[in-house]
Amino acid sequence: MQADVAQTPWRFDHFFIPLVLFLGFAAALFEAARSPEAPMVAQGWIFAICMGLTGIWYMWMYAGRTPADETRTYADGVVKAGVIAAMFWGIAGMLVGVIIALQLSFPNLFYLPNEAWTNFGRLRPLHTSAVIFAFGGNVLIATSFYVVQRTCRAHLFGGSLPWFVMWGYNTFIILAGTGYLLGISQSREYAEPEWYADIWLTIVWVCYLAVFLGTLIKRKEPHIYVANWFYLAFIITIAILHVVNNLAMPISLLQSKSYSLFSGVQDALTQWWYGHNAVGFFLTAGFLGIMYYFIPKRAERPVYSYRLSIIHFWSLIFIYIWAGPHHLLYTALPEWAQTLGMTFSIILWMPSWGGMINGLMTLSGAWDKLRTDPVLRMLVVSVAFYGMSTFEGPVMSIKAVNALSHYTNWTIGHVHSGALGWVGYVSFGAIYCLVPWLWKKQLYSNALVEWHFWISTLGIVLYITSMWVAGIMQGLMWRAYNDFGFLEYAFIEVVEAMHPYYIIRAVGGLLYLGGALLMVFNLWKTVRSGAPAAAPIAVVPAVAAEAA
Amino acid sequence: MNHGWLEKNSFFMLIGIILVVAVGGAVEIAPLFWVHGTVEKIDGMRPYTPLELKGRNIYVREGCYTCHSQQVRTLRDEVERYGHYSLAAESMYDHPFQWGSGRTGPDLARVGGKYSDEWHRAHLVDPRSVVPESIMPPYKFLFSKALDYRDVGQMLTANRMVGVPYSEDQITRAKEDLEAQTDPNSEGADDFRKRYAKADVRDFDGEPSRITEGDALIAYMQMLGTLVDFKTYRAQAPEHRR
Repeated sequence: MQADVAQTPWRFDHFFIPLVLFLGFAAALFEAARSPEAPMVAQGWIFAICMGLTGIWYMWMYAGRTPADETRTYADGVVKAGVIAAMFWGIAGMLVGVIIALQLSFPNLFYLPNEAWTNFGRLRPLHTSAVIFAFGGNVLIATSFYVVQRTCRAHLFGGSLPWFVMWGYNTFIILAGTGYLLGISQSREYAEPEWYADIWLTIVWVCYLAVFLGTLIKRKEPHIYVANWFYLAFIITIAILHVVNNLAMPISLLQSKSYSLFSGVQDALTQWWYGHNAVGFFLTAGFLGIMYYFIPKRAERPVYSYRLSIIHFWSLIFIYIWAGPHHLLYTALPEWAQTLGMTFSIILWMPSWGGMINGLMTLSGAWDKLRTDPVLRMLVVSVAFYGMSTFEGPVMSIKAVNALSHYTNWTIGHVHSGALGWVGYVSFGAIYCLVPWLWKKQLYSNALVEWHFWISTLGIVLYITSMWVAGIMQGLMWRAYNDFGFLEYAFIEVVEAMHPYYIIRAVGGLLYLGGALLMVFNLWKTVRSGAPAAAPIAVVPAVAAEAA
Repeated sequence: MNHGWLEKNSFFMLIGIILVVAVGGAVEIAPLFWVHGTVEKIDGMRPYTPLELKGRNIYVREGCYTCHSQQVRTLRDEVERYGHYSLAAESMYDHPFQWGSGRTGPDLARVGGKYSDEWHRAHLVDPRSVVPESIMPPYKFLFSKALDYRDVGQMLTANRMVGVPYSEDQITRAKEDLEAQTDPNSEGADDFRKRYAKADVRDFDGEPSRITEGDALIAYMQMLGTLVDFKTYRAQAPEHRR
């Protein structure tokens, strides 16, 4: 045993990861032992358990041996873990979504006056974080690890570092989610986790960048494939956004509470610079990376236009950053910043549709597959939803429209046409591809994918149409005047009017969740009892032809 | 430039991405910190009292922003419904800002003084007892939980470190000030009033014998939007038109 260890060459990851886990474990125990506040003590224990379990797992995997995954052509174990984590968090996050939708429909159904953690205010960040960061994040990490290896023809960089990214990221999710329930929140939309969780995520994210960039550097393909441009932009920009937006002063190192470095107007724009680009780089650029690999692969056609890829990539990432102020129209934000935000939001329509066109037109010559392959259909419909919500977004950012739509359920509907239609479907499509490829099985049932597709499509339609009607109605009622020149409706009358639409929305969400459960069942059966894959999986990616 | 070159140099691709995404933030956000007039100087603004700050922490902790905005836009119906549109200066001490993004419930930027403490208490304990159609969840637990304010001095210190102008006096007397604000007959009440202009001093939760989280949250809500005197504020004054 000793001899074996001695013969293993010194590796940075074998030194770095145990060190980080140990320091994390020690810091967590310190918090648990010394913090004067109960929620922070709980967070300390939770973090210590996560660090401890990861440490034990790490020793079991790496002490005195090299896991088979490291010597295979590609590291796929970590991708499998990411897929499983994504489905788990996806179901959890959608379930919480259905629960909070029901809370708004039937407030007395979940009437627990003494249980603070059951309230909408704590569960709503749990829902958004679970679906965006836990589901979406794991999908992005898993697919990016899969795609970067295939398109670079290189094994993941960093030895065990990808596994650290996987466990570390999911530890962050657990820390954040339990924190909300315990009453720990910065109340910065989509950036609710407090300073200690933010620091942990920063460490993990830098490692993620190292793995991804390292794999790009050691690639055997001469060119970096277009999907990787998008993944790279997603990873680095999220790092920048996350760090700047979460700059804060904790009241002490033993307490969860911190105060943002910025205040008022500056804080508002910093937050929406972050918030809108969480949409732009997490939910758009990252998932466009998925689109650029999985659609060509599944359709067995090359990407439609290389030139369009270049133009829409650089213009998309340049323009997105400017769009944040459209969340702050008619507020105390200076007028010039509002106008800039609106202008760039409208311009953003073009690069967005550039991506949509590039994705859809990749189907050229393979449109017939939409009839027979429900997985490809899901991928393609996701791009259609992407096109729809990236048209709706610029419309809503026009000041005159925003005056009506802002603060209403229209925004919620808009977000969900992007989240359910685009992010959800492109993720489902990718995972339906990945599971058979990774486990080398045939998909258990295509019919179940059909059911999933139609049930969830119906769910999306109910969701977004009910929220359109509710939102526009809300906006119109708030600004309605009677014949005497007084406001026509009290606020509470508008709340009352929302009731039927909240119910329809909950039904839509329930259908979407039902579809996802079918998917889990289908994937479970595929892994457990699917027939072996018919043909060996081609490892050569669909690479866009280089322009002459 | 030949894009193929970038595609073969991952490091430069990375640098290129960073440069391209840096432009928007630099042009749009950075000037807000130094452009004269982003936040105009308005009479009446003062930092939160220790009790109000504690109340604000509860507002932040419970995620009230998920349903309530704190930003009255410059639109006729909003001004008529909620009051004067929000000024930048009114959230100058808000770390973080709580403007929100949705109005499942009404805007709270000017809720201060609109309802009695008693109403707030009944509403928080059981929203439908006073507004039958309300869909708000109950916050009864705020009134059974004693406010933990051992750390309030640290909170003021942390706020000062991020730019809120708390005086040395205000920080060292934070605990006494918090207690004094809930008890108009206490010795510290007069001192407290001197340190925090226009602050309400009374028992907020209807239970004078103890200071609960309900005291803090109601104290915070009752001061929201009340600091600036809009009888004397003139939006058209030259210093506000820069």
